[in-house]
Amino acid sequence: MSVRTAADGIKDLTTPLSDADVVSLDAGDRVRISGVLYTARDAAHGRLLPLIEKGERLPIDVRGAIIYYTGPTPAQPGDVVGAIGPTTASRMDRFTPALLKLGLKGTMGKGYRGQPVKDALRESKAVYFGAIGGAGAVLSRHVKKLEIVAYEDLGTEAIRRLEVENFPAIVINDCHGGDLYQDGQKAFAREDP
Amino acid sequence: MRDIHVSAITDAVKKLCMEANVSLEPDVLRAFDRALGTERSAAGRQVLQILKDNAELARTKRIPYCQDTGMVVCFVELGQDVHVTGGGLEEAINEGVRQGYREGYLRASIVRSPFDRVNTGDNTPAVIHVEVGPGATLKIMIMAKGGGCENRSKYTMLTPAAGPPAVKDFIVECVRTAGPDACPPLILGVGIGGTFEKSAILSKKALFRELGSPNPDPVLDTLERELLDRANRLGIGPQGYGGDTTALGIHLLSYPCHITSLPVAVTIECHAHRHKEVTL
Repeated sequence: MSVRTAADGIKDLTTPLSDADVVSLDAGDRVRISGVLYTARDAAHGRLLPLIEKGERLPIDVRGAIIYYTGPTPAQPGDVVGAIGPTTASRMDRFTPALLKLGLKGTMGKGYRGQPVKDALRESKAVYFGAIGGAGAVLSRHVKKLEIVAYEDLGTEAIRRLEVENFPAIVINDCHGGDLYQDGQKAFAREDP
Repeated sequence: MRDIHVSAITDAVKKLCMEANVSLEPDVLRAFDRALGTERSAAGRQVLQILKDNAELARTKRIPYCQDTGMVVCFVELGQDVHVTGGGLEEAINEGVRQGYREGYLRASIVRSPFDRVNTGDNTPAVIHVEVGPGATLKIMIMAKGGGCENRSKYTMLTPAAGPPAVKDFIVECVRTAGPDACPPLILGVGIGGTFEKSAILSKKALFRELGSPNPDPVLDTLERELLDRANRLGIGPQGYGGDTTALGIHLLSYPCHITSLPVAVTIECHAHRHKEVTL
């Protein structure tokens, strides 16, 4: 089991994630992720999909893994990485169910997911995490190591392997149909006067 | 006639780009503080506090506030008694962007064509709007415009009979559909009137007004307050986790328009509202 609830109520996760780990997470849970995140966004997903369709090997092992939708800024000398906040997840919706079928257990970004992705999270037992959009400087401090593992020609869109410590996130969509965006808005919406 | 050499323009743009991306303007930071005072959601307050911490870390360590360091949108107010020497104005601005993004370790986010999508590698070109007016000064205003929020910007052409209620409903609907995708708390720039393209340009220009300042037009000011209240009743909140702070400001600009037309353009801006200006 690589999910443990800390004294402050935040769930500490260590990658890779198992089905049991995923099942223990609910929408609205605050988490701290330690271990490995793979970065990929529009262009990298565009290259992964044809490989999946042809049944070819992917440049990363997605089983139990978390893909983080981000394109960091270049690191300054002495830093591991520059700013590294999330990008809008819905642009990756068309690619996500196929990756979940291969055993991907988590995706992380910001913004709504479409219904097919939410359905796939249930079917494949996986979770969608939200990272705080626009908090790129703060999030960079949680990245301890970075290595480009595929598609270096894509620049910021290359696939990077990040080693992270206590990377802060929140569960937006869990594998039980829970949705923080829906629940949160319902709780705070007020009628017009 | 006053001569301004292109090198001064390039230097100014370079500095503005580098500063804007690491140092959030005080008007945005003040808006975070105001929101922290009114936000009922614990998750929302946590987000706002992290955004403040992020701004502080960005400024002190000179790490970009957000990894999307934007497309540079540049408004130039060119005094007609200014003579730009040594080269072209637009190339001088683009050279400033090029130098600023390289030296500032900022992300190259621009592709040379919407079809082949090959990155230009230096974040050029900028989107440049030049207005010529009286005087002998050159004012340069830049915004590092993020893509996630820009993608939720919208335009509509309403019928004049639909009037203000339809304008207001459209603007609130833009906030609702942008939701968490556009990184709330949001700032909206709205252009009402003019033509198709005029309203869009006004929607960008409206974002340069100081956040929290009143609209100089009392009619628009009243409208802005009503719209901000309605936007913040949607419950979306910081990052969409639920809360009262969905928008920090809604800025309107209007322009005369044709008897048949009521164009409304809404630029959605995220909390990473990176804008700077200088007058040469």
